[in-house]
Amino acid sequence: MLDSIFRILALTQKELLAVLKDPRGRFALFVPPILQCLIFGYAATYDLNDVPYAVFDQDRSAASRDLVSGLDGSGVFRRVAELQRSSDVKSYINERRALLVIQIDQDFERRLITGLPANVQVVADGRNSNTAGIAMGYVNSIVEAFNAEWRAAHGQLGPPIQVITRAWYNPNLETRWNMVPALIGTLTLLQTLLLTAMSVAREREEGTFDQLLVTPFRPAEIMAGKALPSLFIGMVQATNVLLVAQLWFGIPFAGSFMTLYIGLTFFLLAAVGIGLLVSSVVATMQQAMLFSFMLVMPFALLSGLATPISSMPEIFQHFTLLNPLRYAIEIAHRVYLEGAGLGLLMPELWPLAVIALVTLSTASWMFRHRLA
Amino acid sequence: MTDGSEPKRTQLPAKWRRVWSLVRKETRQVVRDPSSIAIGVVLPVLLILLFGYGLSLDVTNVPVAVVLEDPSPAATEFAASFQLSPYFDAQLLTSMHQAEQLMLARKVDGIVRIRSDFARRLSLGNAEVQVLLHGTDGNRARIIQGYIQGAVGQWAARLASEGKDVPSGPVAVQSRLWFNEVNESRYFLVPGLIVLIMTLIGAMLTALVMAREWERGTLEALFVTPVRTDEILLGKTIPYFTLGMVGLALCILGAKFLFHVPLRGSLWVLAGTSMLYLLVALGIGLLISSVTKNQFVASEVTMLVTFLPAMMLSGFLFDLRSMPTLVQLITYVLPARYYVALLQTVFLAGNVWSVILPNAAVLAGMAVLLLFLTRSVTRKKLA
Repeated sequence: MLDSIFRILALTQKELLAVLKDPRGRFALFVPPILQCLIFGYAATYDLNDVPYAVFDQDRSAASRDLVSGLDGSGVFRRVAELQRSSDVKSYINERRALLVIQIDQDFERRLITGLPANVQVVADGRNSNTAGIAMGYVNSIVEAFNAEWRAAHGQLGPPIQVITRAWYNPNLETRWNMVPALIGTLTLLQTLLLTAMSVAREREEGTFDQLLVTPFRPAEIMAGKALPSLFIGMVQATNVLLVAQLWFGIPFAGSFMTLYIGLTFFLLAAVGIGLLVSSVVATMQQAMLFSFMLVMPFALLSGLATPISSMPEIFQHFTLLNPLRYAIEIAHRVYLEGAGLGLLMPELWPLAVIALVTLSTASWMFRHRLA
Repeated sequence: MTDGSEPKRTQLPAKWRRVWSLVRKETRQVVRDPSSIAIGVVLPVLLILLFGYGLSLDVTNVPVAVVLEDPSPAATEFAASFQLSPYFDAQLLTSMHQAEQLMLARKVDGIVRIRSDFARRLSLGNAEVQVLLHGTDGNRARIIQGYIQGAVGQWAARLASEGKDVPSGPVAVQSRLWFNEVNESRYFLVPGLIVLIMTLIGAMLTALVMAREWERGTLEALFVTPVRTDEILLGKTIPYFTLGMVGLALCILGAKFLFHVPLRGSLWVLAGTSMLYLLVALGIGLLISSVTKNQFVASEVTMLVTFLPAMMLSGFLFDLRSMPTLVQLITYVLPARYYVALLQTVFLAGNVWSVILPNAAVLAGMAVLLLFLTRSVTRKKLA
């Protein structure tokens, strides 16, 4: 037993050396995740802060100017033009010079003063309908504010119901708070899976795997020796991303590190298991890489990272139950933002444990049978 | 060297004969290696099916808890407007504590609380509804917030149509979404997906293939033959270009017939600009592999500079103008940005030349630059 542990440790050490000794390998393992976390932390946001818009103001009254100045004062909208003809609307939107065109009719102020409902038309570039929808939401709230002011100034009644909204866990509804903790799992998954799959494939391709077989190592020990370094490197990567999230982006950590790392261990075991499973079926490094990517892409895109799982069709929602990243992101959110404890994480932890158990035991079975 | 001494009239055919045999060798390698076929044909089909159906930003059937603390008819009617809405999957509760438990367990995404004084305050004209949202996914929460406002608006409109005196806002917003009137997120996600797939086929495949030849030393073996550098590069580019075009054709067919994304521009513009982008992607792949000469590092670098940026920094999902200036500057260097703009325009808006020409010009420039760079990098190593 003790011998076995020594052998595993020796293999782990050799494996870590093989990966970390090459400066290019070191670079490829540790720099990309940090860089990606920084770039995506800034880039991956659905919040808008620069919306170019054009005004087609046919009224040119004090009221219409007031309304438009509300847009200018928001800090989000940037006026790029004041249109003179209605044909300009088309060209500004078509040529992507403006995301929105605000069109105000001639009788805008007159209708307001006489108490008739006045209309503002908003034309949006729907080529990215999500962005357009968000921008229109901003316009709506600015018009709402204008309405409230107008009512107060002219003694009109307010709307029958006021909706008072408060968001839990993310009071300003910032996408970054959602995205950056999710990256802890996403960035680590890719690298861990690839590293594990490649390390066995490299030995196969270089023929050193056969040499490993004539040593006293048992297949299970070889597997453990391949799994441990990946687990270790995955942990370091996850920690790096966590540090960027907290120190650079300053996203407050609500939970306990202990809980997060327990969750990460389960997740990394599942990732390593999948990596080993891939490596047990492939013959070359290229195949290992391609298989890894073919797995990672659906994992990443169907994890709830970029689009919500509940918006997917039924079948895909079932498919996501097999996706370890789905659980990792859930754990990261719940521990990081909500401060959930281990008890609340059970629904995420046990599927990860099952995935890890199934993949690791299948991989070890495949190893034994390919080696025999 | 032998080329130079050959008579001029046989030089051209000899060159193309060499390129042709390289192309044949490469094609055989592609056809025989299941992983290349997988990435060229199976992957596009798989991706377009998986993500065309799976990716959606449209939020429907939002689970919400409606806490009704006021049993009056007015409040019950108000609560019913949530149960009737197709956007909500509303659960009617009477205790706030119960609703909070559901929210903690993430069984609901929001709580609408109708307090016990709702009806009384409604008659005074200053009723309030408290809304609590699960804010972890900020974007989704904001969409849900919009839906709740919409449900309240519809309720007010219904009251007004029943002849009750409901003051509406002085200014009403009428919005129209051009190019995507039905507000279907798939319309912009599928063209974006094509960008991802083309990037993957173009850059990833060539990066690995060239790096593998470097690693195995077969490229050096090629150098001692009369084949010249640009011929090697041509021999590598042509088969993968063809493979990429097959992938593109599959994607366009999928977009058109499976997902019914309207193609409002011309197919020729679409094909032409895609060829340009494919050349750029191939160029990046060749350059990376010539520089790294190692499959693992090549795949890491390709991932870092092509695939992830194509997903995150191209305007496919996230609005480029809202990114910090530094990140925006990075996006100008990335070809995916131009291709996303092209595809979204050609698919949804039509042949808008003022968008197509500048973006296509940038792609063409990048393609030429990359192929020249690759040539010079590869030649240096010959010496």
